[in-house]
Amino acid sequence: MIVELNVNGQKRAVDVESRMSLLDCLREKLLLTGAHAGCEHGVCGACTVLIDGAAVRSCLMFAVQADGHAITTIEGLTPGPGELSPLQDAFCETHGMQCGYCTPAMILAAHALLAKNASPTREEIVDAISANICRCTGYAQIVEAIALAAERMRGQNLPAGTP
Amino acid sequence: MKPAPFEYSRPKSLDEACALLRREEGARLIAGGQTLVPFMAMRLARPTRLVDIARIPGLAYIRDLGESIEIGATTRQCIAESDALIRAKLPLLAKALPYVGHGATRARGTIGGSLANADPAAEIALVAVTLGAALIWRDADKTQQTAAGDFFLGPMLTAMPTTGCLTAARFPVWPEQRVGVGFHEINARQSDFAFVSAAAQIAVGPDGAIVRAAFGLGAVAAMPLRLASVEQALIGAKQPEVREALRRALAGIEPMSDLHASADYRRRVAVTLGLRAIADAYRAAAGRA
Repeated sequence: MIVELNVNGQKRAVDVESRMSLLDCLREKLLLTGAHAGCEHGVCGACTVLIDGAAVRSCLMFAVQADGHAITTIEGLTPGPGELSPLQDAFCETHGMQCGYCTPAMILAAHALLAKNASPTREEIVDAISANICRCTGYAQIVEAIALAAERMRGQNLPAGTP
Repeated sequence: MKPAPFEYSRPKSLDEACALLRREEGARLIAGGQTLVPFMAMRLARPTRLVDIARIPGLAYIRDLGESIEIGATTRQCIAESDALIRAKLPLLAKALPYVGHGATRARGTIGGSLANADPAAEIALVAVTLGAALIWRDADKTQQTAAGDFFLGPMLTAMPTTGCLTAARFPVWPEQRVGVGFHEINARQSDFAFVSAAAQIAVGPDGAIVRAAFGLGAVAAMPLRLASVEQALIGAKQPEVREALRRALAGIEPMSDLHASADYRRRVAVTLGLRAIADAYRAAAGRA
């Protein structure tokens, strides 16, 4: 069946079997391989995407359920080709990744958090990524990265030289 | 693709959804799908048709009926979690919702979906049983109502026929001035299934004595349990001391036992968490003048 998905601001019509998960559809039909397949039953969080701004498991949703929603993948987060979002930058700077498998999902989960809470506490950051597993266990730098990005994004609209 | 093949329908109305369920024995409802989809991925569930009710108009709402709050079945858990009315009038549900799965599943999972799924460890089902909610469901063209205490029959088993569609849950609102709640659960990892969960709601009178109490345990038995004997032991008390009553109530229950938590462990932890939930509820009620 044909579904029309709104992915990263673009309308894409795809022909899918009803049993195809949104994750498989993104990876195999739209070649957006930033959403990773981990456990494929909702535990590991590697497949996280944003649906209408909220972090959601793309393996726990069939593509046929997703039409009409705004879907954002890690590919849609960069401001332009070759550029990084403040969160992506912060992950590089604090080395908030090791093997990188969980990273797109961690960044999207953090993105959803910072969109509704500009000054999260450490507890809130930990809670926001608590459903995302990093098997390298590099959580300390991931938390650091999100806190750094939050700090920078809060300062973005201040005039230069503001303490 | 891990699930077995199935047909997908998105009916425009409840009538149409109920008709689809009656027409095909293997048809099942999906709304948020946060339990059903992994079950399908593991082929523990193999519906021949999914009937998607998530977009049927008029099934997602939170309505103040005065003596109760009615929550439409397809109301997403994240919406209920941040709802001011629920926070003010159904503090026990508000307290329990953050324990339901995790943020990413609450963003899609629905209140009705969790109730209809009837997992013994489900927090929403525990709150419904503890508060004595009424569950409203539709089968063909008949609308019926079942008390939450009679709705859950066992793990993933309810009094509602497979052709039924849960449409709403009506949670009673306590009119007492001083009401407090407590909720505790234990699991292997944050956001994982509870081994034991305990919910308490207590109202105290002007003299600080307990005038009304509701207490329930989840994940201990095959369905959420409301322990009336513990509630009775609380009435009139100024210092809730119900360890013995709780022990006696649990002696009459055969708890579930699995790889992660034995029956003995569940019984022991149920006493500890139950006392904590009651202590929290009492403190909150007595402290709020």
